[in-house]
Amino acid sequence: MTTETLSSSSSAETLVQARQKTISTVSKSTDELKKIGSQVRRDIVRMVHGCQSGHPGGSLGCTEFFVALYFHFLKHDAKKFTMDGVGEDLFFLSNGHISPVWYSVLAHAGYFPKKELATFRKLNSRLQGHPTTHEGLPGIRMASGSLGQGMSVACGSALAKKLNKDSRLVFSLHGDGEIQEGQIWEAAMFASAHKIDNLISTIDWNGQQIDGPTDKVMPLGDLNAKWTSFGWDVLQANGNNIEELISVIEEAKKHTGKGKPVMILMKTSMGFGVDFMAGTHKWHGIAPNDEQLQKALAQLPETLGDY
Amino acid sequence: MMKKFPYTEKKDTRSGFGAGLLELGRKNPNVVGLCADLTGSLKMDAFEKEFPDRFFQCGVAEANMISAAAGLTVGGKIPFTGTFANFSTGRVYDQIRQSVAYSDKNVKICASHAGLTLGEDGATHQILEDIGLMKMLPNMTVIVPCDYNQTKAATIALEKHHGPAYLRFGRPAVPNFTDSSTPFEIGKAQLLNEGKDVSIFACGHLVWKAIEACEILEAKGISCELINIHTIKPLDKKAILESVRKTKCVVTAEEHQRNGGLGDSIAQLLANELPTPIEMVAVNDSFGESGKPDELMKKYGIDTPNVVAAVEKVLQRKK
Repeated sequence: MTTETLSSSSSAETLVQARQKTISTVSKSTDELKKIGSQVRRDIVRMVHGCQSGHPGGSLGCTEFFVALYFHFLKHDAKKFTMDGVGEDLFFLSNGHISPVWYSVLAHAGYFPKKELATFRKLNSRLQGHPTTHEGLPGIRMASGSLGQGMSVACGSALAKKLNKDSRLVFSLHGDGEIQEGQIWEAAMFASAHKIDNLISTIDWNGQQIDGPTDKVMPLGDLNAKWTSFGWDVLQANGNNIEELISVIEEAKKHTGKGKPVMILMKTSMGFGVDFMAGTHKWHGIAPNDEQLQKALAQLPETLGDY
Repeated sequence: MMKKFPYTEKKDTRSGFGAGLLELGRKNPNVVGLCADLTGSLKMDAFEKEFPDRFFQCGVAEANMISAAAGLTVGGKIPFTGTFANFSTGRVYDQIRQSVAYSDKNVKICASHAGLTLGEDGATHQILEDIGLMKMLPNMTVIVPCDYNQTKAATIALEKHHGPAYLRFGRPAVPNFTDSSTPFEIGKAQLLNEGKDVSIFACGHLVWKAIEACEILEAKGISCELINIHTIKPLDKKAILESVRKTKCVVTAEEHQRNGGLGDSIAQLLANELPTPIEMVAVNDSFGESGKPDELMKKYGIDTPNVVAAVEKVLQRKK
C-alpha cells in the first residue's frame, strides 16, 4: 500500500500526475493473449476442481475479456497495488462469482504469487469464493458477490476520478442474469444523469443463468434499446473472439469523454473453451470430477506453466 | 444537587447535521455529499449550494446511492449519504453489508427522521430497528447524538474517523442544551449528571426526557446518574461498568425497539460482566402510527413519566 494519501485536492492532482507518468499498459499481441487465455482456462478448471466448488462456466466464457483488459488495455501497476488506484485504470467485477478467472489473471499479471491459486475457496485463503478486500488480496478494491452493486460502485469510483482530475478510466463487468437486479437500472440512470463518461461497463451476454436460459427465467428483452434509452452509448461484440473484443474495447475508449457512459454488450458462450461445458447453464456453478478435469485439460494447452 | 441544563432554543438535530456537513465541506475538499431526493429534509441544501461539484443527487434510488458512495471512497473521497433512517438502513442493508461494512469503506451513512418522532407520516417511515440493524454489522460505528450541537459535533468528528459509520438523528425541534464548544469523542460516553441510586443510560431524543425524569426523581429524593451513550457501537463499557458498580441498578432509554437497541447492548454487557437489575424504556415489539411526536412518545411508552416509572421499578428490584 502506498504511503501517499489523498488528503487534499492539490496533493491529489500532484499524485495523479506522478502516478500517471509511471503507470502504463502492457499491450500484448493477440497471439500472446491467446496463450495467456489457454493457461487461464487451465487455471480455472484446476482451481474449481481443487476445491470441488466454484463457478467455471462464466469464468471460461469471460476469459478473453479479462485477458484483453489486463494484458492489453488497463494502465495499472500490479507490483504496487494501491487501494485508491489514483493514476490507474480501474476494474470492478460486479458478478463476483466468476472469481476464478479474475484471480488467475491477477496472478499472471503479478498481483500475487500464482501458487496462491491453489488456495481458492479453502480455509484461511485470500482467494475467497467471492472477491473481497477483507483478506487483503492485491487487485481487489470492493467485495462483490451479492449481485447488482458493482455498476453503482464503478460510477462512484469514476466520479472520484473526475474530482481528482484523474483521466484514467473505470471498467466494470456484469452478468446478464445480474441485470435482473433493480439496482443496475438505478445505476444506469445515475451514470447518464451525472454524465459519467469515464466509465466502460460490459455485460457478459451469455444468455444463461442458474435456473436455465435467461429467455426462460426472466427474458432480458432488447438490451441494445434498453441501454440506449437509458442514455448510454452501446456497442456490441463477440467476447470469445479476441480480435473482435480488442477492436470493440478500442472503439469504446473512443466513446469516453463525450458526456455519456459506454456499454459493451458482449456476446459469449458460457463455458467457452471446454467443449462439454460450453453453451449451457449446467456448468454455471459446479466443479468437474477427476475424469472431467483431464478431459478439459486435454483441450487447453499449458502455455505458461501450471501453478 | 442536580446539575441544570439550561437552553435558549429548540432545534432539530438534522439541522445540526446540515451545519456540520457544511463546515466539513469548507474544511476538507474530499468530503462529498450524496442525497436521495431529500436534500431539504436532510438540511443538505447549504452544502449542495456551496459545493455543487461535490454533491450528487441520486434521486429515489438509495441502493445505488450507498454503493456509489462506497465507490467514491476508492478515490479517497469521504462520502456522507443522506436520506431518512428507514431508507438509510433497512432498504439498503445488503448494499451496506457488502459494499460498505465488509469492504471496510469510509462511508458515513447519515440518517434523519429516525423513530416515532418523524410523526404524521406513520409507521412506514418510523424505523425503530435501525440501530439494531447497523450495530450487528462488523466494522460499523453507530452514533445517536442527543441535540443540535451534538449532532453537528458528531458530524464533524466523523471526518477524522476512518471506516463505516451510521449517524442517526431526527426531525423535530428539541432542546439544544449541550455545549457547542465540547468536541465530540466517538465511543466516549458523556456523563451529564452524577448520582448514586440509579444509572440512567440514554441516547438521542430520550436524553432530554431522561433529564426531565431526573429532575422529577430528585424532588422525590432519588439521586440519578445520567450518562448519554451517544455512541452505541463501540460501547463505552468502562464508563457504563463504573457507573453500575456504584449505583447497582440501571434504566436505559431510547427511541427504538427494545430488541437490538441501546438497552439490548447494555443488557448484554451487564449479563456478561456485572449482572444487574435493568429496566428498558423503549418501544416494545410494535410498529408506530401517525400522530404528533409528543403524542406518539406518550402512547408508545418512551416519555418522561416512563423513565420515572422505570427508575422507581428498578429501585424496587434492587432492594
